Amino acid sequence: MSTVGDELEGGATLDEICVVALAEAFRGDGETLCNPMGPVPVIAGRLARATFEPDLMLTDTIAYAIEGNLPLGADPSGATIEAYLPFRSIFDQVWSGKRHVVMGAPQIDRHGNQNFAAIGDDYSHPKVQLLGMRGAPGNLINHATTYWIPTQARSFVESVDVVSGPGYDAIARLPEPSRRFHEIRRVVTDLGAYDFETENGTMRVRSLHPGVTLEQAQAASAFELAVTGDVPVSRLPTAEELHLIRKVFDPSGVRKAEFR
Amino acid sequence: MTEDEVVAELESGMTIGIGGWGSRRKPMSLVRALLRSDLTDLHVVSYGGPDVGILTAAGKCRKVTYGFVSLDSIPLEPHFRSVRQGGLLPEFMELDEGAFYLGLMAAAHRVPFYPTRAGLGSSMLANNPELRTVVSPYDDGEELVAIPAFEMDAVLIHMNRADQKGNGQFLGPDIYFDDLFAMAGEKTYLSAERIIPTDDFLKEGPVHTLRVPRTHVDGVVEAPMGAHFTECPPDYGRDEAFQKEYAATAKDPEHWARFRADWLELESHEAYRAKLDEKSAS
Repeated sequence: MSTVGDELEGGATLDEICVVALAEAFRGDGETLCNPMGPVPVIAGRLARATFEPDLMLTDTIAYAIEGNLPLGADPSGATIEAYLPFRSIFDQVWSGKRHVVMGAPQIDRHGNQNFAAIGDDYSHPKVQLLGMRGAPGNLINHATTYWIPTQARSFVESVDVVSGPGYDAIARLPEPSRRFHEIRRVVTDLGAYDFETENGTMRVRSLHPGVTLEQAQAASAFELAVTGDVPVSRLPTAEELHLIRKVFDPSGVRKAEFR
Repeated sequence: MTEDEVVAELESGMTIGIGGWGSRRKPMSLVRALLRSDLTDLHVVSYGGPDVGILTAAGKCRKVTYGFVSLDSIPLEPHFRSVRQGGLLPEFMELDEGAFYLGLMAAAHRVPFYPTRAGLGSSMLANNPELRTVVSPYDDGEELVAIPAFEMDAVLIHMNRADQKGNGQFLGPDIYFDDLFAMAGEKTYLSAERIIPTDDFLKEGPVHTLRVPRTHVDGVVEAPMGAHFTECPPDYGRDEAFQKEYAATAKDPEHWARFRADWLELESHEAYRAKLDEKSAS
């Protein structure tokens, strides 16, 4: 398996492969508010807009949607503001559906149930308090969600302790009107990209990063990964994408710290 | 009014809403006045930040209703984490953060609930057995979560500017939900960086920054640096060094006791400001 330090085919490193795999999750979104959380997802959103998905709307994480190719962590005050999106408008946007969020998942199961709320069986007295529900219940039931998981082996669990973001089995138990807007678009990890394009809504290997075998991906999962046909290798970044990631969006290499 | 005069109007057992968001524009001078009071058994309703961390760690709360508890630059409030992991909070209602907005809005509009899909399929319903669902009376018949109105005895918010009559003005990028908090409170107390003549509001910011009308405000406190160490732009940013020190005290009860005595339990906001000035001078 490769690590962040290794240079793979075409000169790309693992972190850059992951950025591109996440950017691919936004393909076809068009005029949607792309709300990635954390460095790698933020770079991915900006990369998608700068290349194949120019109509995406991106926020500065404060209260504005901004234009232009802003580097990670740069002061957004000089950027062109195209819309005002304070938190209240973000919730309105969530409920109106024109949004695609990227969240983390310290625990995720084969149906895509995600937990970033707390670890432990007793919710009134958790072993480890994590973020809490945050916006996950509302996000999942209203619009597309993608998960970014830097260490698959820690996160792919048999069952989650708390469901903050409901997966396909939990949604299947709801009546039809409640199910309409639920979509887990993609799960991207340090080993590959996954989706739920199976008949029973279980997690399927969509692609594996260069050098990763199916056996390695399966060994880093507590549940059985679905496989349909030959599994492709995750797409390598183009020269333009590498330039944008390295020189424009993240020249100081903040993204690499997520893998440690 | 002073902070202590506001707290003198409150009672143990009350439900108290606190405005702001995470570590942003929190009415910290009022929160510290709550801390040094003998009030107890409180139910705090908040998009939580250090307000919830301080009050729960000090054992002031019977219950907290929250969308999250975060210091923003530190994603999880460390004092709140200790309280939760210690099983020290008797009751809590943890909601989807958008659903929380609906509970505020329902209270502001004096309706019993607002419906939402948020919570369906997640553990939010199982973790909060008091939450109910409601079936649409129209042909669709959809079942939705009914987020109950957050009825609050008192609400505390912090604004950049206010006038003596209680009109409030926010000058930063986001009002958060403070206007709804103000409407939802049985009594609402507003602290502000500066109290100015009503005539001067439009010198400070455009007309759409005047979002808290005096009809929903019962008391005004002038509190320069009143949101410190949380951010209060454009007046000041977050005091990250101070916040870091506050966060570090969650690891060690002695350090926490010392920090409380040194900073949080000073006898007045004036004393706190004087000590801040002293600190920045040294």
